Amino acid sequence: MQYKSQAVAKPYFIAAIALFTGQILFGLIMGLQYVVGDFLFPEIPFNVARMVHTNLLIVWLLFGFMGAAYFMIPEETETELYSPKLAIAMFWIFLVAGALTIVGYLTVPYATLAKMTGNDILATMGREFLEQPLVTKIGIVVVALAFLFNLSMTMLKGRKTSIGLVLLLGLWGLAIFFLFSFYNPHNLVLDKFFWWWVVHLWVEGVWELILGALLAFVLIKVTGVDREVIEKWLYVIITLALVSGIIGTGHHYFWIGTPEYWQWWGSIFSALEPIPFFAMTVFAFNMVNRRRRDHPNKAATLWALGTGVMAFLGAGVWGFLHTLAPVNYYTHGTQITAAHGHMAFYGAYAMVVLCIISYAMPILRGRAANSAKAQVMEMWSFWLMTVSMVFITLFLTAAGIVQVWLQRFSDTPIAFMAAQDQISLFYWMREVAGVFFLIGLLVYIASFFVKGETKAAA
Amino acid sequence: MSGTFTKSMARNIFYGGTVFFVLLFLALSFDTMKELPKRDNRANLTESVINGKKLWEVNNCIGCHSLLGEGAYFAPELGNVYPRRGPEFIKAWIQAMPTGAPGRRQMPNFGFTDQELDDLVAFLKYSSEINTANWPPNIEG
Repeated sequence: MQYKSQAVAKPYFIAAIALFTGQILFGLIMGLQYVVGDFLFPEIPFNVARMVHTNLLIVWLLFGFMGAAYFMIPEETETELYSPKLAIAMFWIFLVAGALTIVGYLTVPYATLAKMTGNDILATMGREFLEQPLVTKIGIVVVALAFLFNLSMTMLKGRKTSIGLVLLLGLWGLAIFFLFSFYNPHNLVLDKFFWWWVVHLWVEGVWELILGALLAFVLIKVTGVDREVIEKWLYVIITLALVSGIIGTGHHYFWIGTPEYWQWWGSIFSALEPIPFFAMTVFAFNMVNRRRRDHPNKAATLWALGTGVMAFLGAGVWGFLHTLAPVNYYTHGTQITAAHGHMAFYGAYAMVVLCIISYAMPILRGRAANSAKAQVMEMWSFWLMTVSMVFITLFLTAAGIVQVWLQRFSDTPIAFMAAQDQISLFYWMREVAGVFFLIGLLVYIASFFVKGETKAAA
Repeated sequence: MSGTFTKSMARNIFYGGTVFFVLLFLALSFDTMKELPKRDNRANLTESVINGKKLWEVNNCIGCHSLLGEGAYFAPELGNVYPRRGPEFIKAWIQAMPTGAPGRRQMPNFGFTDQELDDLVAFLKYSSEINTANWPPNIEG
């Protein structure tokens, strides 16, 4: 560790992995409920399991981003963190608030939770991904502001690199767009329109800046390629991301009551959204091929390359698959969407967080890289999780195609549940792939406990 | 990328491009706000509809169902359930839950009052009358 205060990243990474595990367990519960409908009913109805699954995803990625920022910013700014104490305090506040929210979801009926937590004062709950009680939402804002204050103050007193600036820009954007989660008009169309200002402008907007910054940081470290080259690439990638992604929001405005010109704007610009992800893949491979040193952390390099490829496939290719309005007319809100969502989130965001953890965690534990044995195990987990996710996506895509055919495209469309019965085979296969994903995750966790010879961190 | 294309050029394109497309997006959003009254059925936002939307939210209906194609994909699309099933069927269905049929997907019973059921139906009727550019492709949602 070059700077003592980087150590605050460690609990963030540990919490991220723990919550990730929770996310996968609830994913398996939901996957089973797709085929054994009454599994765990009424204890954990599907909607509760889904809320836990998606909210844990968001929270563990946020823990990962925050840990990444606390690790990266001191190195980028070449100065100690403004306040390590504040960072640790925010860690506990965020963890306790997150845990209480999940406990609330699981133990109290949602309507009761809404009543208990002041939803009558300002109704913000019950919208997809923004299900958190008002108090939790306010907590997220407080934690985010304290976190951004801490990082911005650090940057003000230190070196200002492009990676640092892009990372901070992305994180500030994340916090600012989250504020739209407090706006919930009675008008459903307005509600949906601005709901996407959180959801889309996060994952297809400012989060891509964070993703780019994390990837660029790790690539500089593991390849030793000149910072000027890498930061130039970073700017090109994020330009492509925002130029396509901002107007690309329009691909959510096809069928929710918004004017029909969005079908053109949304189709054309979101069709360009794969380009930044392709550039990212080329970038990662290019930098690794031009490496000037052989970093002992092979696993981190693998994650970096994997992020590029899987983000391109999941966000780029699977996004494009259903983004053109005439196609989306049939696929909107089917398992095709679910297929895309799974691979895109894993490929772009889960993997980049695992990538920075892979690079940073050995250093936080006092060594340049883990032992060869531990790295081999980590690489096994990479392949297990990644290949499982490919299969989850393929099975959901197959399910989606059949669903669209039976329910939407055919001359004699059948009802939703009748179509679901027809595709249960694919759901079973998805669940099996999900079990392999869990095995991969357990191997990943186990890799942290493998001993062996290591060199001390430089 | 050759040596003539420098990092500061890339940075300037990033800032310039972002500002341009943010402004374009805001302009389109502004125009959308002007167009929406013709499409979003706001004239029918009654007290009952507003209350129905709140019931929809605080019972996390979106956690299983989709509404205008957004939400979860575990249970049927409800943006057009009003024309598909009609008010009486919808109310009877909600009250009959859960079916308890072994192995079948289950919907909780939320213990709605008659007034609440009417409000939910009013909300679903209002939703079904939003101009969604002819989506979904057919009545099955």
